[in-house]
Amino acid sequence: MTDFTAEVQGVTKRYGETEAVRGVDLTLAPGECVAMVGHNGAGKSSLIKLMLGLTTPTEGRIRVLGGDPASAACSHIRRQIGFLPENVAFHPNMTGRETLDFYARLKGAPRRGNDALFEKVGLEPAAIKRRVSTYSKGMRQRLALAQSLLGGPKLLFLDEPTTGLDPALRQSFYAIVAELRDQGTTILLCSHALTELEGQADRVVVMNRGRKVADGSLATLRSLAQLPVRIRLTLPTDDIDALAARVGEGAALTRLAGGVVELACANDDKVGLVRRITCDGPTVADIEIVQPSLDEMYAHFLRREAAE
Amino acid sequence: MNTLLIVAGKELREATRNRWVVATTLLMAALALTLSFLGSIPTGTVGVGPVEVTIVSLSSLTIFLLPLIALLLSFDAVVGEIDRGTMTLLLSYPVARWQLLLGKFLGHAAVIALATVVGYGAAGVALAMGNTAIGPESWRAFASMIGSSVMLGAAFTALGYLASTIVRDRGTAAGIAVAVWLGFVLLYDMALLGILASGSGLGVEALNWLLLANPADAYRLFNLTGFKGVSAFAGTAGLAAHVQLSVPLLLAVMAGWIAAPLALAAALFSRKQI
Repeated sequence: MTDFTAEVQGVTKRYGETEAVRGVDLTLAPGECVAMVGHNGAGKSSLIKLMLGLTTPTEGRIRVLGGDPASAACSHIRRQIGFLPENVAFHPNMTGRETLDFYARLKGAPRRGNDALFEKVGLEPAAIKRRVSTYSKGMRQRLALAQSLLGGPKLLFLDEPTTGLDPALRQSFYAIVAELRDQGTTILLCSHALTELEGQADRVVVMNRGRKVADGSLATLRSLAQLPVRIRLTLPTDDIDALAARVGEGAALTRLAGGVVELACANDDKVGLVRRITCDGPTVADIEIVQPSLDEMYAHFLRREAAE
Repeated sequence: MNTLLIVAGKELREATRNRWVVATTLLMAALALTLSFLGSIPTGTVGVGPVEVTIVSLSSLTIFLLPLIALLLSFDAVVGEIDRGTMTLLLSYPVARWQLLLGKFLGHAAVIALATVVGYGAAGVALAMGNTAIGPESWRAFASMIGSSVMLGAAFTALGYLASTIVRDRGTAAGIAVAVWLGFVLLYDMALLGILASGSGLGVEALNWLLLANPADAYRLFNLTGFKGVSAFAGTAGLAAHVQLSVPLLLAVMAGWIAAPLALAAALFSRKQI
């Protein structure tokens, strides 16, 4: 007996000749927000479809909320799952309200909560009465989010949820995600927009060509990747040689535009290097420390995978 | 059961919004009224009631038109939803695939039924308001015509669903739908006629079976030979005497033409990788 919301064990999925998912192990715990990143065709959507029971694995075993999601008796499992598909589409001739009513009835969720849901995702009462065909991409995405939250799911799959959303809406979107996670909902989030996942996800899973290449918290992945930290200095003078002498061998120095100099060094050397520069070196007008972003780590893991 | 009704209700509502229901009903009513007015002109001394004339002309037209409408309405039902991406979301809900397919079918069949009953019913009302007295036997034949038309529509809707489930893109589904229509409605009878004319010695028994192998022919036989008054006028009285196909058998065959394609479509759909 496990406490995991979802468990994927050695799962492989083949579509004819192509292998969409190759030997993936993955566990999702309650109250956890996991980000899954990878290129198009890395197997993210295929993995979600497998966990939804839309397709069955060629090899391996999947258990979601204590049962097989593709079995005949999966209705009670699906009732507790929310799903926001990539490129969501609705029936264009129904209004927003009718659409949500329809999905609520299918899910057996009380329709009383629909107004609260509309408010939560920020769909105006005037918009709810209009047909979905008149909706903008952002409004459609809000409606999609609303349907995924129907019935208070225990497990939420969000496939590219923020494509087409403006920055303000992204903020409110992640606020909703954080609130759900605090209530104990397990969330699996797929995205290309890696930068916006920082600070949102408890764990990051990197997928490449159907394989899981990395899995861990952002800090764990950082130390695994051993990518250099970059220190950006704005110098009032052009005295780069003096700076270079002080920096020494430990860091690589490059000149950027606008009188900015960038030093790249290992994470462990960071503190010592800053001390050497600021205490008794040439005057520095500004200093900025840039941690390797999720994008860079992602690129790193893909390079490592390609090298193997 | 509840899930079926939810899906069917949504499908019906969408069809109403699409103006499919309105357009189809108006088309049916316009044709039925035209034919019933035309039919009521030459009668009086011939001894054939206006209802019988209308049944013969209307059912002949229905054979061409209704399967076409049904196929147009249904070829997109499954493949279109997969294409647009609405199917993935629907299937992530607690709905069995057969429920989804059957629910959608019920919705589409309801559209056909509504259009046929209202459209042809309008012609019935027009006939009733005419001067000629119409006997109960004629009305029974007329009601049977409407009922069997609904069945014919449902049978071709089911065939459309089968086409929609088999293939992976909408264009192919549309092509199959057109081929089904051409095959069953036009070419089948020509081929049958050709075989008979070539004097290949096709027995009555074999002819009976061949007629049953086509829902459109079953419909034609049901309407043109099922009622005496009609068959006398349709010039099929001779045929009716020879064809040993009873009314219940014809109805059962048409019901089979609804159930079989639908069951096959449901079986294929539940194995389909979305």
